[in-house]
Amino acid sequence: MKTPTNTAVWLATAMVILMTALPVQAQKADDSLYRDLGGLEVLTKVVDDTLASALADVRIKDTFKDTDMKRLAKLITEQFCELSGGPCKYSGDPMKEVHQGLALNNMQFNALVEDLQAAMDKSNIPSRTQNKLLALLAPMQRTVVTK
Amino acid sequence: MTNKQVNKTSSSFKPLNPRKPYRPFKPLIAMSACALSMVSVSVAAQTSSMTPDLGKLMATAGVIQVEGAGGGGLVPWATITGYGTRDSYGANAHYTYVGTQDYKLASYGVAVGIADRVELSVAKQRFTGSQAPLNNLRIDQDIYGIKVKLAGDIVYDQDTWMPQIAAGMMIKRNNGIGGLGAVNNVKLLGAKDDSGIDYYLAATKLFLDQSLLINATVRATKANQMGILGFGGDKGDRYQAMLEGSVAYLLNRKWVVGAEYRMKPRNLAADNEKDYYDAFVAWFPSKNLSLTLAYVSLGDITIYNPKRQDGVYLSVQAGF
Repeated sequence: MKTPTNTAVWLATAMVILMTALPVQAQKADDSLYRDLGGLEVLTKVVDDTLASALADVRIKDTFKDTDMKRLAKLITEQFCELSGGPCKYSGDPMKEVHQGLALNNMQFNALVEDLQAAMDKSNIPSRTQNKLLALLAPMQRTVVTK
Repeated sequence: MTNKQVNKTSSSFKPLNPRKPYRPFKPLIAMSACALSMVSVSVAAQTSSMTPDLGKLMATAGVIQVEGAGGGGLVPWATITGYGTRDSYGANAHYTYVGTQDYKLASYGVAVGIADRVELSVAKQRFTGSQAPLNNLRIDQDIYGIKVKLAGDIVYDQDTWMPQIAAGMMIKRNNGIGGLGAVNNVKLLGAKDDSGIDYYLAATKLFLDQSLLINATVRATKANQMGILGFGGDKGDRYQAMLEGSVAYLLNRKWVVGAEYRMKPRNLAADNEKDYYDAFVAWFPSKNLSLTLAYVSLGDITIYNPKRQDGVYLSVQAGF
């Protein structure tokens, strides 16, 4: 810095840039995971693939025997979309209610996670992005697992 | 190895010092009883079959560290070994080889994880010299470990700062020195005792949204070079708290890279003991197998060889 004036100009410019950039950044951060996942199109495919695997997964397929799979796919897609910051609203019942009586255990909860991971692999979602979504889903164990 | 040495090793399960036969094991019995009662409650509470469920997510149970406990490479973590969830159990066998310029350390053993709550482990370590005049050096140690998970869950607690926390202990018995002539016991190198117990508290946090695992362990110990050179010494014979840490990044579900640090006490005048470091890559091809390759820095071992000991750490682990 040659003179204080230069410093002041530099600082003012930086502040202006920050003030204008920050709200944009905040807006971006909100749906960045949704976009990193690939948006609704990819999420829909991921959920469809996950449930197809789940129905073939001996560890958990029986837990879906009374389930309307089409509706379930729609609801999970909505949920993933909303959780990741996308423009959706989960329209299903609370997680606790819908899992009551299923007597799911941790192994079964994790089995669905593994089917989801495989589905995300299939859609070429990078591991770090997968983990960001899983971080949002993991605490649901407390309401989903009742056994 | 001569027949005599084999016999000596195989008879090592007798207490070495008849004056205090099983005193070190009292806390183990108390902790085991406590752990077993917790396990029997949880086992009684569930009615599913007793085949292992392999229910944990890939790599979330860590590996087996150099003293036989579930953890990283040098540091015990709060994780319970194996892929059994709280409704099941898991187990792992490991073989670990550490080779530096002048020494080798081999460790093998088994560890069992019960109900994702209690971990029991047994490991044997053999430390050998490869450079004259210590090329016949051989020191053996047995380590019995128990760890109990106290709180938190490494996977599910993603919306809080709560780490998984576990308390553990390692009951160590040094079985003496071979290849050094009349110096056949670590006490002759200045150690106060040839057996001891490490107590530790470990907190392991998985920041899944960052694909990052951080572990911090505090260990109360008197062990010199993990116990290879005995316990306590001419410079100190009291428990000291040592800080140990691990950082790991999950590249994906099968590959993890990281680094560790382990603080060490300095009880022996004959051993200007240094802290340990490692940088590792672990590969999990399946839930039944893992391989860990690391670069380790163990500092210099004894004042008679002031060369910093760096080398390779290779561990293979099989289980469920």
